[in-house]
Amino acid sequence: MQYAFLIYETPQAFASRSEDKATYTAAWKAYYNAALEAGIYVGGDPLEPPETGTTVRVKDGKRRVQDGPFADTKEQLGGFMIVELPSLDAALEWAARCPTASSGVVEVRPLAPETKRRVTG
Amino acid sequence: MNSADQDTHWTIERVARESYGRLVAFLSAHTRDVASAEDALSEALVAALTSWSRDGVPKNPEAWLLTTARHRLIDVIRHQRVVDESEPTLLFLTQQFKEPTSSGEFPDERLKLLFVCAHPAIDPAMHTPLMLQTVLGLDAMRIANAFLIAPTTMGQRLVRAKKKIRDSGIPFEVPQPSELPQRLDAALEAIYGAFGIGWDDMAGIDQSGQELAEEAIWLARVLLHLMPKEAEVQGLLALMLYCESRRAARRGKRGEYVPLSEQDTQLWSVALIQEAENHLSEAAKLGRIGRFQLEAAIQSVHAERARTGQTEWNAIAVFYQQLSRISPTLGTQIGYAAAIMESREADAALQLLDAIEQDAVSSYQPYWAVRAHVLRRLGRTREALNAFDRAIGLAEDPAAKQFLLKKRG
Repeated sequence: MQYAFLIYETPQAFASRSEDKATYTAAWKAYYNAALEAGIYVGGDPLEPPETGTTVRVKDGKRRVQDGPFADTKEQLGGFMIVELPSLDAALEWAARCPTASSGVVEVRPLAPETKRRVTG
Repeated sequence: MNSADQDTHWTIERVARESYGRLVAFLSAHTRDVASAEDALSEALVAALTSWSRDGVPKNPEAWLLTTARHRLIDVIRHQRVVDESEPTLLFLTQQFKEPTSSGEFPDERLKLLFVCAHPAIDPAMHTPLMLQTVLGLDAMRIANAFLIAPTTMGQRLVRAKKKIRDSGIPFEVPQPSELPQRLDAALEAIYGAFGIGWDDMAGIDQSGQELAEEAIWLARVLLHLMPKEAEVQGLLALMLYCESRRAARRGKRGEYVPLSEQDTQLWSVALIQEAENHLSEAAKLGRIGRFQLEAAIQSVHAERARTGQTEWNAIAVFYQQLSRISPTLGTQIGYAAAIMESREADAALQLLDAIEQDAVSSYQPYWAVRAHVLRRLGRTREALNAFDRAIGLAEDPAAKQFLLKKRG
């Protein structure tokens, strides 16, 4: 089964990216390699910090464009990773190892292949 | 909350902590329905909150809870009787209950409940969670956290397991001597599971394991009290006490991870080590070696460092070798390789690690931590760095991650 890890990072974690903190990068590098070698890594990417986000919605035919991320929370979506694992238990085990799990939050969500199939035909 | 209410709260908490398992065990021993016994008891605990705050704490709180829970159970069963035949159970509840509750004394059935939880008909993965809930009264949320499983999933699995106990008629009894060894192993395994597997020099410290350590030790004490002549019960208790004796030394001043070999032995608890040693020598007198005694023996060699200032890795390697014959788990194989690395040569250790099937270790953190150290000793720097990366990537505990990052360089 495929799961998405939605990785919510703290402002400090976003800051330590640009400061090029060796430990931040090293921990992620190690995690990525471990996932790759274990054969569970499907894909994923980091996202630019939340202030680079822009939201769009169309309400009553009118466009609303806003600066910033959708949700105004302390932890913000900082990236995602797709993994292939046999069960939610196994996915939680891998999510707990994610460097962000000890500073921010990792949400584990199953992908919805059925819905995708209906959409893409 | 005023102070009287606060006192009531504490009393209820204390009684629940001390008596939960005894009450659930006694209530379910004859009905075989653990879930209903637990429901009845939690209703009794809620009732106690109002009743005891108003009228004061009864002389025998345990008996009060038992009586109240029993009435709830009778109500439930009377209701069920319409659907099925529960006459014998009802008879038991209304008649035989009377005597023990009036004197406040009732038989301790926890041992039976422990064996029910670790019954071969129940999924081995559920032995420890079941035991934690029924014998110790931990809620599903806390158990889910400890096992890193989604709370709803854990809740469903617990419900399913209890339904199985009820529906398949798993007997509430201490197994016959002929099947005791195997059944006891499962019960000990469940207790050790609660203590937190992965209590290993190289592995990260498991937070939930720490939380459960005391509960597990307490359970082993209960078991030993009830079965004082079982060598492996002594062995398990000794093993856990050795580990527990080092709790204060396992983290540095800033919360950093300190591996066993670098721990300040001054911080080890002499009293706990002494107690562990007593249990281990009691076990030896019984003349039946087993997995937990061997693991405790390994820890006892480590404990010697407090006296001699050095670790006898040869002795540890010998114990691991014996252990791998009885219990050839991944953890044992890796512990053996680590001991060989320390006692003789890294070459031999690497051969041992290479002999392990690769699929089994692709996400097993201790393997990569030991492999990294072995490769570094052999001067295979680049391969060592790769192994360090995998060990870091697979570690969950941030302190262990930091430690390995520093070692990696």
